[in-house]
Amino acid sequence: MDAIQKNLLEQVADLHEIPTGAYNIRSNGGLAGRNTTANIDIITKEDKPGIDIIIKSGTKKESLHIPVLLTQSGIKESVYNDFIIGEDCDVTIIAGCGIHNGGKEGTEHSGIHSFVVGKNSKVKYVEKHYGSGEGTGERVMNPTTIIELKEGAYLEMDTVQIKGVDSTKRTTKATLGDNATLVIKEKIMTHGKQTAETDFEVNLDGENSGANVISRSVAKDDSYQLFLSKINGNNKCHGHTECDAIIMDKACVRAVPEITANHIDASLIHEAAIGKIAGEQLIKLMTLGLTEEEAEAQIVSGFLK
Amino acid sequence: MLELRNVSYSVEENSTQKEIIKNINVTINDGFVAITGPNGGGKSTMAKLIAGIIKPTSGRILLDGVDITDVSITDRANMGISFAFQQPVRFKGITVKDLITLAAGKKITVTEACKYLSEVGLCAKEYINREVNASLSGGELKRIEIAMIMARGTKVSVFDEPEAGIDLWSFKNLIQVFENMHAKMGGSIIIISHQERILNIADEIIVLANGEVSAQGKKDDVLPSLLYGDVGCKTLLDKMEQ
Repeated sequence: MDAIQKNLLEQVADLHEIPTGAYNIRSNGGLAGRNTTANIDIITKEDKPGIDIIIKSGTKKESLHIPVLLTQSGIKESVYNDFIIGEDCDVTIIAGCGIHNGGKEGTEHSGIHSFVVGKNSKVKYVEKHYGSGEGTGERVMNPTTIIELKEGAYLEMDTVQIKGVDSTKRTTKATLGDNATLVIKEKIMTHGKQTAETDFEVNLDGENSGANVISRSVAKDDSYQLFLSKINGNNKCHGHTECDAIIMDKACVRAVPEITANHIDASLIHEAAIGKIAGEQLIKLMTLGLTEEEAEAQIVSGFLK
Repeated sequence: MLELRNVSYSVEENSTQKEIIKNINVTINDGFVAITGPNGGGKSTMAKLIAGIIKPTSGRILLDGVDITDVSITDRANMGISFAFQQPVRFKGITVKDLITLAAGKKITVTEACKYLSEVGLCAKEYINREVNASLSGGELKRIEIAMIMARGTKVSVFDEPEAGIDLWSFKNLIQVFENMHAKMGGSIIIISHQERILNIADEIIVLANGEVSAQGKKDDVLPSLLYGDVGCKTLLDKMEQ
Protein backbone atom coordinates (compact mmCIF):
# COMPACT_ATOMS: atom_id res chain seq x y z
CA MET A 1 0.00 0.00 0.00
CA ASP A 2 1.47 3.37 -0.95
CA ALA A 3 1.49 6.60 1.04
CA ILE A 4 -1.67 7.99 -0.63
CA GLN A 5 -3.60 4.83 0.07
CA LYS A 6 -2.36 4.78 3.66
CA ASN A 7 -3.52 8.38 4.13
CA LEU A 8 -6.96 7.57 2.72
CA LEU A 9 -7.18 4.55 4.98
CA GLU A 10 -6.37 6.71 7.97
CA GLN A 11 -8.95 9.31 6.97
CA VAL A 12 -11.84 6.96 6.33
CA ALA A 13 -11.20 4.24 8.86
CA ASP A 14 -8.81 5.77 11.43
CA LEU A 15 -6.50 2.94 10.54
CA HIS A 16 -2.75 3.24 10.42
CA GLU A 17 -2.07 -0.36 9.56
CA ILE A 18 -4.00 -3.43 8.55
CA PRO A 19 -6.75 -3.81 11.17
CA THR A 20 -7.26 -6.64 13.56
CA GLY A 21 -10.44 -8.67 13.32
CA ALA A 22 -12.41 -9.07 10.13
CA TYR A 23 -11.73 -6.75 7.23
CA ASN A 24 -12.08 -6.35 3.52
CA ILE A 25 -10.08 -3.65 1.80
CA ARG A 26 -11.13 -2.74 -1.71
CA SER A 27 -8.64 -0.68 -3.65
CA ASN A 28 -9.09 0.61 -7.20
CA GLY A 29 -11.79 -1.92 -7.95
CA GLY A 30 -9.88 -4.93 -6.69
CA LEU A 31 -9.36 -6.79 -3.45
CA ALA A 32 -6.40 -5.49 -1.45
CA GLY A 33 -6.83 -7.61 1.62
CA ARG A 34 -9.34 -9.70 3.52
CA ASN A 35 -9.58 -11.44 6.82
CA THR A 36 -12.47 -13.42 8.18
CA THR A 37 -12.99 -14.65 11.71
CA ALA A 38 -14.81 -17.59 13.23
CA ASN A 39 -17.92 -15.40 13.53
CA ILE A 40 -17.67 -13.01 10.60
CA ASP A 41 -17.53 -14.39 7.11
CA ILE A 42 -16.95 -12.36 3.94
CA ILE A 43 -17.87 -13.83 0.57
CA THR A 44 -17.27 -12.21 -2.82
CA LYS A 45 -20.46 -11.82 -4.85
CA GLU A 46 -20.51 -13.70 -8.13
CA ASP A 47 -23.20 -11.83 -10.02
CA LYS A 48 -22.00 -8.28 -9.36
CA PRO A 49 -19.18 -6.41 -7.63
CA GLY A 50 -19.39 -6.54 -3.85
CA ILE A 51 -19.44 -8.83 -0.89
CA ASP A 52 -21.80 -10.65 1.43
CA ILE A 53 -20.96 -10.29 5.08
CA ILE A 54 -22.44 -12.87 7.33
CA ILE A 55 -22.23 -12.34 11.05
CA LYS A 56 -23.17 -15.33 13.20
CA SER A 57 -25.78 -15.06 15.92
CA GLY A 58 -24.28 -14.30 19.31
CA THR A 59 -21.19 -12.49 17.94
CA LYS A 60 -20.17 -9.93 20.55
CA LYS A 61 -17.53 -7.21 20.76
CA GLU A 62 -16.18 -7.82 17.27
CA SER A 63 -15.41 -5.28 14.62
CA LEU A 64 -15.39 -5.32 10.86
CA HIS A 65 -13.58 -2.85 8.61
CA ILE A 66 -14.55 -2.51 4.97
CA PRO A 67 -12.78 0.54 3.55
CA VAL A 68 -12.81 1.40 -0.14
CA LEU A 69 -9.88 3.31 -1.63
CA LEU A 70 -9.74 4.86 -5.06
CA THR A 71 -6.52 6.47 -6.21
CA GLN A 72 -6.73 5.99 -9.99
CA SER A 73 -8.42 8.84 -11.80
CA GLY A 74 -11.39 7.84 -13.93
CA ILE A 75 -12.66 4.80 -12.06
CA LYS A 76 -16.43 4.57 -11.83
CA GLU A 77 -17.84 1.71 -9.82
CA SER A 78 -20.95 0.47 -8.08
CA VAL A 79 -20.37 -1.94 -5.24
CA TYR A 80 -23.03 -4.02 -3.52
CA ASN A 81 -22.37 -5.06 0.05
CA ASP A 82 -24.96 -7.07 1.93
CA PHE A 83 -24.72 -7.46 5.68
CA ILE A 84 -26.63 -10.28 7.25
CA ILE A 85 -26.39 -9.99 11.00
CA GLY A 86 -27.71 -12.77 13.20
CA GLU A 87 -29.50 -12.50 16.52
CA ASP A 88 -28.08 -11.17 19.80
CA CYS A 89 -24.97 -9.67 18.24
CA ASP A 90 -23.02 -6.61 19.34
CA VAL A 91 -20.71 -5.50 16.55
CA THR A 92 -19.08 -2.40 15.10
CA ILE A 93 -18.82 -2.01 11.35
CA ILE A 94 -16.52 0.65 9.95
CA ALA A 95 -17.02 1.41 6.30
CA GLY A 96 -15.68 4.37 4.47
CA CYS A 97 -14.59 5.55 1.09
CA GLY A 98 -11.59 7.62 0.25
CA ILE A 99 -10.97 9.00 -3.22
CA HIS A 100 -7.67 10.57 -4.20
CA ASN A 101 -8.03 12.03 -7.63
CA GLY A 102 -4.86 13.46 -9.08
CA GLY A 103 -6.10 13.38 -12.67
CA LYS A 104 -8.57 15.07 -14.96
CA GLU A 105 -11.17 12.35 -15.16
CA GLY A 106 -13.95 11.97 -12.64
CA THR A 107 -13.78 9.23 -10.07
CA GLU A 108 -17.00 7.81 -8.77
CA HIS A 109 -17.96 5.28 -6.11
CA SER A 110 -21.48 4.16 -5.44
CA GLY A 111 -21.72 1.88 -2.44
CA ILE A 112 -25.01 0.10 -2.03
CA HIS A 113 -25.17 -1.37 1.44
CA SER A 114 -28.01 -3.41 2.76
CA PHE A 115 -28.34 -4.46 6.37
CA VAL A 116 -30.58 -7.05 7.87
CA VAL A 117 -30.10 -6.86 11.62
CA GLY A 118 -31.40 -9.85 13.55
CA LYS A 119 -33.49 -9.93 16.69
CA ASN A 120 -32.02 -8.03 19.66
CA SER A 121 -28.73 -7.32 17.89
CA LYS A 122 -26.83 -4.11 18.36
CA VAL A 123 -24.82 -2.63 15.51
CA LYS A 124 -22.76 0.50 15.29
CA TYR A 125 -22.12 1.43 11.69
CA VAL A 126 -19.58 4.14 10.97
CA GLU A 127 -19.20 5.55 7.49
CA LYS A 128 -16.69 8.22 6.53
CA HIS A 129 -16.24 9.81 3.16
CA TYR A 130 -13.15 11.70 2.21
CA GLY A 131 -11.66 13.10 -0.96
CA SER A 132 -8.22 14.45 -1.74
CA GLY A 133 -5.95 15.12 -4.70
CA GLU A 134 -5.04 18.13 -6.77
CA GLY A 135 -6.58 16.84 -10.00
CA THR A 136 -9.46 18.62 -11.71
CA GLY A 137 -11.45 15.37 -11.98
CA GLU A 138 -14.54 15.25 -9.82
CA ARG A 139 -14.72 13.03 -6.77
CA VAL A 140 -18.21 11.61 -6.55
CA MET A 141 -19.72 9.31 -3.94
CA ASN A 142 -23.28 8.09 -3.90
CA PRO A 143 -23.91 5.81 -0.95
CA THR A 144 -27.18 3.96 -0.60
CA THR A 145 -28.03 2.26 2.66
CA ILE A 146 -31.00 -0.05 3.09
CA ILE A 147 -31.69 -1.08 6.66
CA GLU A 148 -34.06 -3.68 8.03
CA LEU A 149 -34.19 -3.96 11.79
CA LYS A 150 -35.85 -7.04 13.25
CA GLU A 151 -37.57 -7.14 16.62
CA GLY A 152 -35.56 -5.41 19.35
CA ALA A 153 -32.63 -4.62 17.04
CA TYR A 154 -30.63 -1.42 17.41
CA LEU A 155 -28.53 0.27 14.77
CA GLU A 156 -26.58 3.47 15.14
CA MET A 157 -25.27 4.93 11.93
CA ASP A 158 -22.63 7.65 12.10
CA THR A 159 -21.97 9.12 8.72
CA VAL A 160 -19.38 11.81 8.15
CA GLN A 161 -18.28 13.70 5.08
CA ILE A 162 -16.03 16.58 5.95
CA LYS A 163 -13.71 17.14 3.07
CA GLY A 164 -13.04 16.83 -0.58
CA VAL A 165 -16.13 15.15 -2.03
CA ASP A 166 -17.40 17.17 -4.98
CA SER A 167 -20.77 15.62 -5.32
CA THR A 168 -22.70 13.22 -3.17
CA LYS A 169 -26.16 11.82 -3.16
CA ARG A 170 -26.80 9.72 -0.13
CA THR A 171 -29.94 7.68 0.22
CA THR A 172 -30.88 5.82 3.36
CA LYS A 173 -34.04 3.77 3.77
CA ALA A 174 -34.92 1.93 6.93
CA THR A 175 -37.73 -0.31 8.11
CA LEU A 176 -38.11 -1.07 11.79
CA GLY A 177 -39.79 -3.98 13.50
CA ASP A 178 -41.24 -4.14 17.03
CA ASN A 179 -39.08 -2.46 19.68
CA ALA A 180 -36.35 -1.72 17.15
CA THR A 181 -34.36 1.51 17.38
CA LEU A 182 -32.49 3.43 14.72
CA VAL A 183 -30.17 6.35 15.42
CA ILE A 184 -28.62 8.24 12.53
CA LYS A 185 -26.06 10.98 13.03
CA GLU A 186 -24.92 12.74 9.90
CA LYS A 187 -22.21 15.37 9.65
CA ILE A 188 -21.48 17.13 6.41
CA MET A 189 -19.31 20.02 5.37
CA THR A 190 -19.29 21.27 1.82
CA HIS A 191 -17.16 23.96 0.24
CA GLY A 192 -16.25 25.29 -3.20
CA LYS A 193 -18.91 24.25 -5.67
CA GLN A 194 -19.70 20.97 -3.97
CA THR A 195 -23.18 19.55 -3.74
CA ALA A 196 -24.50 17.16 -1.12
CA GLU A 197 -27.95 15.65 -1.11
CA THR A 198 -29.24 13.53 1.70
CA ASP A 199 -32.42 11.52 1.55
CA PHE A 200 -33.56 9.62 4.63
CA GLU A 201 -36.71 7.57 4.77
CA VAL A 202 -37.61 5.70 7.92
CA ASN A 203 -40.64 3.46 8.25
CA LEU A 204 -41.58 2.84 11.83
CA ASP A 205 -43.63 -0.30 11.27
CA GLY A 206 -43.11 -2.06 14.58
CA GLU A 207 -44.81 -1.40 17.87
CA ASN A 208 -42.62 0.73 20.16
CA SER A 209 -40.07 1.26 17.42
CA GLY A 210 -38.13 4.51 17.48
CA ALA A 211 -35.91 6.58 15.24
CA ASN A 212 -33.73 9.61 15.81
CA VAL A 213 -32.27 11.18 12.68
CA ILE A 214 -29.88 14.04 13.36
CA SER A 215 -27.99 15.99 10.75
CA ARG A 216 -25.49 18.75 11.35
CA SER A 217 -23.95 20.46 8.41
CA VAL A 218 -21.87 23.41 7.35
CA ALA A 219 -22.11 24.83 3.84
CA LYS A 220 -19.34 27.18 2.73
CA ASP A 221 -18.46 29.10 -0.44
CA ASP A 222 -20.86 28.33 -3.33
CA SER A 223 -21.81 24.86 -2.16
CA TYR A 224 -25.31 23.41 -2.10
CA GLN A 225 -26.94 21.03 0.33
CA LEU A 226 -30.31 19.38 0.32
CA PHE A 227 -31.57 17.50 3.33
CA LEU A 228 -34.67 15.37 2.98
CA SER A 229 -35.86 13.42 5.95
CA LYS A 230 -39.05 11.43 5.99
CA ILE A 231 -40.36 9.51 8.94
CA ASN A 232 -43.51 7.45 8.66
CA GLY A 233 -45.09 6.36 11.90
CA ASN A 234 -47.09 3.26 11.07
CA ASN A 235 -47.55 1.91 14.58
CA LYS A 236 -47.20 3.00 18.16
CA CYS A 237 -43.77 4.57 17.82
CA HIS A 238 -41.67 7.65 18.32
CA GLY A 239 -39.63 9.46 15.70
CA HIS A 240 -37.49 12.58 15.75
CA THR A 241 -35.67 14.24 12.90
CA GLU A 242 -33.45 17.25 13.25
CA CYS A 243 -31.45 19.23 10.73
CA ASP A 244 -29.17 21.94 11.97
CA ALA A 245 -27.10 23.82 9.43
CA ILE A 246 -24.62 26.67 9.42
CA ILE A 247 -24.61 28.60 6.19
CA MET A 248 -21.62 30.69 5.12
CA ASP A 249 -20.57 32.80 2.16
CA LYS A 250 -22.83 32.20 -0.85
CA ALA A 251 -23.88 28.68 -0.01
CA CYS A 252 -27.42 27.34 -0.18
CA VAL A 253 -29.05 24.87 2.20
CA ARG A 254 -32.49 23.34 1.84
CA ALA A 255 -33.99 21.28 4.62
CA VAL A 256 -37.19 19.37 4.01
CA PRO A 257 -38.30 17.33 6.98
CA GLU A 258 -41.48 15.33 6.54
CA ILE A 259 -43.29 13.36 9.19
CA THR A 260 -46.38 11.28 8.65
CA ALA A 261 -48.39 9.65 11.38
CA ASN A 262 -50.49 6.73 10.17
CA HIS A 263 -51.28 5.53 13.66
CA ILE A 264 -52.94 7.25 16.58
CA ASP A 265 -50.05 6.40 18.91
CA ALA A 266 -47.31 7.57 16.60
CA SER A 267 -45.41 10.46 18.16
CA LEU A 268 -43.25 12.35 15.68
CA ILE A 269 -41.19 15.52 15.86
CA HIS A 270 -39.22 17.39 13.26
CA GLU A 271 -36.87 20.30 13.76
CA ALA A 272 -34.88 22.20 11.19
CA ALA A 273 -32.74 25.27 11.66
CA ILE A 274 -30.46 27.03 9.20
CA GLY A 275 -28.49 30.13 10.00
CA LYS A 276 -25.17 31.84 9.84
CA ILE A 277 -22.72 31.89 12.73
CA ALA A 278 -24.06 34.32 15.29
CA GLY A 279 -22.04 37.51 15.58
CA GLU A 280 -22.03 37.27 19.35
CA GLN A 281 -20.41 33.81 19.16
CA LEU A 282 -17.56 35.26 17.11
CA ILE A 283 -17.23 38.22 19.48
CA LYS A 284 -17.16 35.98 22.56
CA LEU A 285 -14.28 33.93 21.16
CA MET A 286 -12.49 37.07 20.02
CA THR A 287 -12.62 38.41 23.57
CA LEU A 288 -10.72 35.25 24.49
CA GLY A 289 -7.95 36.27 22.10
CA LEU A 290 -8.92 34.39 18.93
CA THR A 291 -8.92 36.14 15.57
CA GLU A 292 -12.19 36.21 13.65
CA GLU A 293 -10.95 33.40 11.38
CA GLU A 294 -9.84 31.28 14.33
CA ALA A 295 -13.17 31.89 16.06
CA GLU A 296 -15.06 30.81 12.95
CA ALA A 297 -12.97 27.64 12.60
CA GLN A 298 -13.54 26.83 16.27
CA ILE A 299 -17.31 27.25 15.97
CA VAL A 300 -17.47 25.10 12.83
CA SER A 301 -15.31 22.31 14.21
CA GLY A 302 -17.24 22.28 17.48
CA PHE A 303 -20.52 22.16 15.58
CA LEU A 304 -19.35 19.18 13.53
CA LYS A 305 -17.58 17.41 16.37
CA MET B 1 -4.38 51.31 34.46
CA LEU B 2 -7.24 52.01 32.11
CA GLU B 3 -8.17 55.51 31.01
CA LEU B 4 -11.14 56.80 29.07
CA ARG B 5 -10.42 60.32 27.86
CA ASN B 6 -13.28 62.45 26.55
CA VAL B 7 -15.04 59.33 25.31
CA SER B 8 -18.38 59.75 23.57
CA TYR B 9 -20.49 57.17 21.83
CA SER B 10 -23.58 57.84 19.81
CA VAL B 11 -25.84 55.81 17.58
CA GLU B 12 -28.25 56.80 14.88
CA GLU B 13 -31.85 56.37 15.92
CA ASN B 14 -34.70 57.47 13.68
CA SER B 15 -32.19 59.49 11.66
CA THR B 16 -31.09 61.50 14.68
CA GLN B 17 -27.92 60.99 16.67
CA LYS B 18 -28.53 59.63 20.13
CA GLU B 19 -25.69 60.04 22.58
CA ILE B 20 -25.28 57.02 24.82
CA ILE B 21 -21.98 58.05 26.37
CA LYS B 22 -21.34 61.78 26.74
CA ASN B 23 -17.74 62.86 26.91
CA ILE B 24 -16.71 60.82 29.91
CA ASN B 25 -13.33 60.92 31.63
CA VAL B 26 -12.55 57.98 33.81
CA THR B 27 -9.33 56.54 35.21
CA ILE B 28 -9.48 53.00 36.51
CA ASN B 29 -6.57 51.98 38.69
CA ASP B 30 -5.67 48.55 39.91
CA GLY B 31 -8.22 47.31 42.38
CA PHE B 32 -11.88 46.65 42.57
CA VAL B 33 -14.03 49.13 40.70
CA ALA B 34 -17.80 48.98 40.58
CA ILE B 35 -19.79 50.79 37.92
CA THR B 36 -23.38 51.42 38.85
CA GLY B 37 -26.26 53.65 37.91
CA PRO B 38 -29.76 53.46 36.48
CA ASN B 39 -30.71 51.16 33.64
CA GLY B 40 -30.00 52.75 30.29
CA GLY B 41 -27.34 54.96 31.82
CA GLY B 42 -24.58 53.63 29.56
CA LYS B 43 -22.90 51.02 31.77
CA SER B 44 -22.93 48.12 29.31
CA THR B 45 -21.93 50.46 26.52
CA MET B 46 -18.91 51.52 28.52
CA ALA B 47 -17.96 47.84 29.05
CA LYS B 48 -18.22 47.19 25.32
CA LEU B 49 -16.09 50.24 24.59
CA ILE B 50 -13.40 48.90 26.93
CA ALA B 51 -13.48 45.42 25.33
CA GLY B 52 -13.39 46.93 21.84
CA ILE B 53 -16.72 45.51 20.72
CA ILE B 54 -17.76 49.03 19.81
CA LYS B 55 -15.53 52.00 19.03
CA PRO B 56 -16.04 55.45 20.53
CA THR B 57 -17.46 58.15 18.30
CA SER B 58 -14.78 60.42 19.76
CA GLY B 59 -12.20 60.30 22.52
CA ARG B 60 -9.40 57.89 23.36
CA ILE B 61 -9.02 54.76 25.46
CA LEU B 62 -5.62 53.99 26.99
CA LEU B 63 -4.33 50.83 28.63
CA ASP B 64 -1.22 51.42 30.73
CA GLY B 65 -0.61 54.58 28.73
CA VAL B 66 -0.93 52.83 25.34
CA ASP B 67 -3.68 54.16 23.07
CA ILE B 68 -5.91 51.17 22.28
CA THR B 69 -8.82 53.10 20.76
CA ASP B 70 -8.27 51.51 17.34
CA VAL B 71 -7.08 48.14 18.59
CA SER B 72 -9.26 45.13 17.68
CA ILE B 73 -11.16 42.96 20.17
CA THR B 74 -8.65 40.12 19.65
CA ASP B 75 -5.62 42.31 20.21
CA ARG B 76 -7.15 43.93 23.27
CA ALA B 77 -7.86 40.44 24.64
CA ASN B 78 -4.23 39.52 24.07
CA MET B 79 -3.08 42.77 25.69
CA GLY B 80 -4.91 41.74 28.85
CA ILE B 81 -8.56 42.74 28.73
CA SER B 82 -11.24 40.18 29.60
CA PHE B 83 -14.96 40.66 29.33
CA ALA B 84 -17.72 38.57 30.92
CA PHE B 85 -20.93 39.11 28.99
CA GLN B 86 -24.18 40.04 30.68
CA GLN B 87 -25.87 37.40 28.55
CA PRO B 88 -23.42 34.56 27.94
CA VAL B 89 -23.33 33.05 24.48
CA ARG B 90 -24.30 29.46 23.74
CA PHE B 91 -22.36 27.23 21.34
CA LYS B 92 -23.53 23.94 19.89
CA GLY B 93 -20.85 21.30 20.13
CA ILE B 94 -18.34 23.38 22.08
CA THR B 95 -17.84 22.01 25.58
CA VAL B 96 -17.17 23.76 28.88
CA LYS B 97 -13.63 22.37 28.72
CA ASP B 98 -13.13 23.73 25.19
CA LEU B 99 -14.11 27.22 26.33
CA ILE B 100 -11.98 27.16 29.46
CA THR B 101 -9.04 25.87 27.40
CA LEU B 102 -9.51 28.68 24.87
CA ALA B 103 -9.75 31.18 27.73
CA ALA B 104 -6.58 29.86 29.35
CA GLY B 105 -4.84 30.07 25.97
CA LYS B 106 -3.14 26.72 26.52
CA LYS B 107 -3.97 23.09 27.03
CA ILE B 108 -5.18 22.58 30.55
CA THR B 109 -5.69 19.45 32.60
CA VAL B 110 -9.01 18.41 34.04
CA THR B 111 -7.59 19.24 37.49
CA GLU B 112 -6.87 22.81 36.39
CA ALA B 113 -10.31 23.18 34.82
CA CYS B 114 -11.74 21.79 38.04
CA LYS B 115 -9.97 24.52 39.97
CA TYR B 116 -11.79 27.24 38.04
CA LEU B 117 -15.17 25.52 37.94
CA SER B 118 -15.21 24.64 41.62
CA GLU B 119 -14.50 28.30 42.43
CA VAL B 120 -17.84 29.17 40.87
CA GLY B 121 -19.58 26.29 42.57
CA LEU B 122 -19.77 23.87 39.66
CA CYS B 123 -18.61 20.28 39.92
CA ALA B 124 -16.05 19.84 37.17
CA LYS B 125 -16.81 16.16 36.72
CA GLU B 126 -20.39 16.98 35.96
CA TYR B 127 -19.75 19.96 33.69
CA ILE B 128 -16.42 19.59 31.94
CA ASN B 129 -17.77 17.65 28.96
CA ARG B 130 -21.14 19.37 28.77
CA GLU B 131 -21.86 21.35 25.64
CA VAL B 132 -22.33 25.07 26.21
CA ASN B 133 -25.76 24.86 24.60
CA ALA B 134 -29.39 25.34 25.55
CA SER B 135 -29.17 22.46 28.03
CA LEU B 136 -27.37 24.76 30.46
CA SER B 137 -29.38 27.23 32.49
CA GLY B 138 -28.72 30.95 32.40
CA GLY B 139 -27.22 30.78 35.88
CA GLU B 140 -24.87 27.95 34.95
CA LEU B 141 -23.73 29.88 31.89
CA LYS B 142 -23.03 32.96 34.00
CA ARG B 143 -20.84 30.96 36.31
CA ILE B 144 -18.96 29.36 33.42
CA GLU B 145 -18.47 32.86 32.03
CA ILE B 146 -16.84 33.89 35.33
CA ALA B 147 -14.68 30.72 35.37
CA MET B 148 -13.42 31.68 31.88
CA ILE B 149 -12.32 35.08 33.13
CA MET B 150 -10.47 33.41 36.01
CA ALA B 151 -8.76 31.05 33.55
CA ARG B 152 -7.63 34.05 31.52
CA GLY B 153 -6.18 35.84 34.54
CA THR B 154 -5.63 39.13 32.73
CA LYS B 155 -4.82 42.53 34.20
CA VAL B 156 -8.22 44.04 33.36
CA SER B 157 -11.41 42.01 33.85
CA VAL B 158 -14.80 43.51 33.10
CA PHE B 159 -17.98 41.82 34.36
CA ASP B 160 -21.33 43.02 33.10
CA GLU B 161 -23.90 42.34 35.82
CA PRO B 162 -22.41 39.04 36.96
CA GLU B 163 -25.06 38.58 39.63
CA ALA B 164 -28.02 38.65 37.25
CA GLY B 165 -29.59 35.23 36.94
CA ILE B 166 -27.20 33.45 39.27
CA ASP B 167 -29.46 30.68 40.44
CA LEU B 168 -29.33 28.46 43.49
CA TRP B 169 -25.95 29.75 44.37
CA SER B 170 -25.68 32.20 47.13
CA PHE B 171 -24.66 35.74 46.63
CA LYS B 172 -22.10 35.31 49.33
CA ASN B 173 -20.21 32.84 47.14
CA LEU B 174 -20.16 35.27 44.26
CA ILE B 175 -18.68 37.96 46.49
CA GLN B 176 -16.14 35.40 47.69
CA VAL B 177 -15.20 34.64 44.07
CA PHE B 178 -14.48 38.29 43.38
CA GLU B 179 -12.52 38.70 46.57
CA ASN B 180 -10.39 35.65 45.75
CA MET B 181 -9.90 36.89 42.21
CA HIS B 182 -8.78 40.22 43.50
CA ALA B 183 -6.28 38.61 45.85
CA LYS B 184 -4.89 36.18 43.27
CA MET B 185 -4.95 38.11 40.01
CA GLY B 186 -4.42 41.68 41.05
CA GLY B 187 -5.02 44.18 38.24
CA SER B 188 -8.32 45.94 37.73
CA ILE B 189 -11.57 44.14 38.31
CA ILE B 190 -14.43 46.19 36.94
CA ILE B 191 -17.92 45.06 37.87
CA ILE B 192 -21.11 46.54 36.57
CA SER B 193 -23.69 45.97 39.22
CA HIS B 194 -26.77 47.24 40.97
CA GLN B 195 -26.15 45.16 44.05
CA GLU B 196 -25.21 46.96 47.22
CA ARG B 197 -23.27 43.95 48.43
CA ILE B 198 -21.04 44.10 45.36
CA LEU B 199 -20.65 47.86 45.63
CA ASN B 200 -19.72 47.28 49.23
CA ILE B 201 -16.55 45.34 48.37
CA ALA B 202 -15.42 47.84 45.76
CA ASP B 203 -12.43 50.10 46.30
CA GLU B 204 -13.94 52.66 43.98
CA ILE B 205 -17.37 53.33 42.59
CA ILE B 206 -18.28 55.07 39.35
CA VAL B 207 -21.89 56.13 38.86
CA LEU B 208 -23.03 56.42 35.26
CA ALA B 209 -26.36 58.12 34.66
CA ASN B 210 -27.71 59.38 31.40
CA GLY B 211 -24.38 58.76 29.68
CA GLU B 212 -22.41 60.85 32.12
CA VAL B 213 -20.31 60.17 35.18
CA SER B 214 -22.43 61.57 37.96
CA ALA B 215 -20.16 60.43 40.77
CA GLN B 216 -16.79 58.80 41.05
CA GLY B 217 -14.55 58.11 44.01
CA LYS B 218 -13.71 55.88 46.95
CA LYS B 219 -16.48 53.58 48.02
CA ASP B 220 -16.86 55.25 51.39
CA ASP B 221 -17.37 58.59 49.72
CA VAL B 222 -19.76 57.50 46.99
CA LEU B 223 -21.83 54.68 48.46
CA PRO B 224 -23.60 56.65 51.24
CA SER B 225 -24.83 59.32 48.88
CA LEU B 226 -25.86 56.61 46.40
CA LEU B 227 -27.96 54.89 48.98
CA TYR B 228 -29.42 57.90 50.70
CA GLY B 229 -28.43 60.90 48.67
CA ASP B 230 -29.47 62.37 45.40
CA VAL B 231 -27.02 60.83 42.93
CA GLY B 232 -29.95 58.95 41.62
CA CYS B 233 -29.48 55.23 41.37
CA LYS B 234 -33.16 54.48 41.55
CA THR B 235 -32.70 50.86 40.53
CA LEU B 236 -30.45 50.27 43.47
CA LEU B 237 -32.86 51.87 45.89
CA ASP B 238 -35.73 49.89 44.41
CA LYS B 239 -33.76 46.68 44.86
CA MET B 240 -32.97 47.55 48.43
CA GLU B 241 -36.58 48.19 49.21
CA GLN B 242 -37.62 44.80 47.85
